[in-house]
Amino acid sequence: MRARGGEAVTGACFKGHAFADRENRVKVVMLACASVAILAILLIFLFIFRESLPSIRELGVKNLFFSTDWRPNVADPKAGHYGMLTFIWGTLLTTFGAMLISTPLGIGAAVFIDQVAPDSMARVVRRGIELLAGIPSVVIGWFGLILLVPAIARVTGTSGYGVAAASLVLVVMALPTITTLSAETLKSLPAELKEASVAMGATRWQTIYKVLLPSAREGLLIAVILGMGRAIGETMAVQMVIGNARAFAVSPFARTSTLTTRIVTDTGEASGIFRSALFAQALVLLLIAMVLIILIRVISRKREAA
Amino acid sequence: MPEEALENKMVIKDLSMYYTDFKAIEDVTFDVPARRITALIGPSGCGKSTLVRCLNRMNDLIEGVRVEGEVVLDSENVYQQGFDTIGLRRRVGMVFQRPNPFPKSIYENVAYGPKLVGIKDKEELDFIVEDSLKKAALWHEVKTILRESGQNLSGGQQQRLCIARVIAVQPEVILFDEPCSAIDPVATQLIEDLMAELKENFTMVIVTHNMQQAARVSDFTAFMLVQEQGQPGRLIEYGDTNTMFTNPSDERTERYITGRFG
Ligand SMILES: Nc1ncnc2c1ncn2[C@@H]1O[C@H](COP(=O)(O)OP(=O)(O)OP(=O)(O)O)[C@@H](O)[C@H]1O
Ligand SMILES: [Mg+2]
Repeated sequence: MRARGGEAVTGACFKGHAFADRENRVKVVMLACASVAILAILLIFLFIFRESLPSIRELGVKNLFFSTDWRPNVADPKAGHYGMLTFIWGTLLTTFGAMLISTPLGIGAAVFIDQVAPDSMARVVRRGIELLAGIPSVVIGWFGLILLVPAIARVTGTSGYGVAAASLVLVVMALPTITTLSAETLKSLPAELKEASVAMGATRWQTIYKVLLPSAREGLLIAVILGMGRAIGETMAVQMVIGNARAFAVSPFARTSTLTTRIVTDTGEASGIFRSALFAQALVLLLIAMVLIILIRVISRKREAA
Repeated sequence: MPEEALENKMVIKDLSMYYTDFKAIEDVTFDVPARRITALIGPSGCGKSTLVRCLNRMNDLIEGVRVEGEVVLDSENVYQQGFDTIGLRRRVGMVFQRPNPFPKSIYENVAYGPKLVGIKDKEELDFIVEDSLKKAALWHEVKTILRESGQNLSGGQQQRLCIARVIAVQPEVILFDEPCSAIDPVATQLIEDLMAELKENFTMVIVTHNMQQAARVSDFTAFMLVQEQGQPGRLIEYGDTNTMFTNPSDERTERYITGRFG
């Protein structure tokens, strides 16, 4: 309730007025911050959409999104071909490979931290994983380049660059997210669940895989999805080990590209419709990210309902 | 209660327990007669939960726990070197203060224990589930909703589900740690009736804060007390429930059961 423009305001009323005023000011500032954030997201979306529109119009959805024919022409962009399916496939394949390894590894590490290791050791492992999360991706990529690529080359007799190397590098990137969030989820389970199971004569392992992991299912799924988001968006580390070829990957040891690495590789020289086709790739990344976020919303709503 | 030769299912001998450096109970000695209900009473913090959790070695889960003395089950010390704790917990089941069904269906909750020991046959499991739910006086309320989550039941139903879950593994002893403190009086009444029925086949130990409950359901009572802050809990008096509630031999017991305790 605000006094309006009256001159005869009592002290108490005045104080209330000032308080309400400050309250409102804070609200306005908060609202402004939130609006800026939302506006930024909207602008990014609109901008990327607008910039990719020419290529969508010119080439059509089929030639742009569902074709593997990527032959850009720098001098005369209109003469090139810009099918991005190879890179969508590359992104999906590297991410899938990374999740295949990092999911059991991350959840296993989380179980170890939360259920198996004595407190002191759990703390050490936790710190180690947090440290891993802080390593710049270029450093991880560099390790991949000097250790992983030659090792894969030796074992498989290929160049060593490619999907496999990229996936392994992405494992390192996604692991901290998955482990930390999974451990968080396990920790939030009521202690009574574990007690009930143990009191029934279940062993530690039976308790973990019959009660604790199923009870934490939704939280673990969210951890994996967030780790996946991390893997899909990663650019630098992947760029260093994937080989940057335009070939559709049929083997895990073939050089190829992902959406992100294609964008950084080509942005420098792209113009016209070539540039627009790169924006269309960014649009696809954005859409994937949105799908993941919606998935998380749906899962957490289900968890709250339970 | 007619005087008959009672066999002891469990015997607690000079039992002391430490949480790392803190001695929670000291030199507790009493018997748990077979197919009787033994109540454990005493003020908050006197070590009742600590003591019952020694009987199925649930305290092993806590880091730094140390035990002295013996807990004898059918003439074997459960704390002896190499004793099979998994087997022990199948023989000595436990019902907790807060009903804690698994986030699984009612059926799966009850089938959990049998499945642990490798029973896979659908018919056998069906039989065990029905039989256990009947013994826990829950069958008629849930027989049409066996596939629904056990956590959707009311608190009292959840607690009976937990009892059914324990019965399903056919333990010899069932420990109850304040099984009624989180549920309403009607549900409490149901559980007390249930315990009286289960007495035919099971030996039971119940921790309770409720004097009337101890008097109503139990045959024997052990009274524990922490004499001074920081000291371990000790057994003050143990005996036949009727005698203890009508004619306690220790003045501190009398003060506690008549509700005149600081
Ligand atoms: N995990 C633990 N670590 C350290 N001390 C503990 C632990 N659990 C219980 N204690 C201590 O041991 C003593 C006995 O606790 P206990 O829970 O056995 O008492 P209780 O008689 O069951 O009490 P209540 O009636 O409140 O349940 C208390 O002083 C308590 O603080
Ligand atoms: Mg207690």
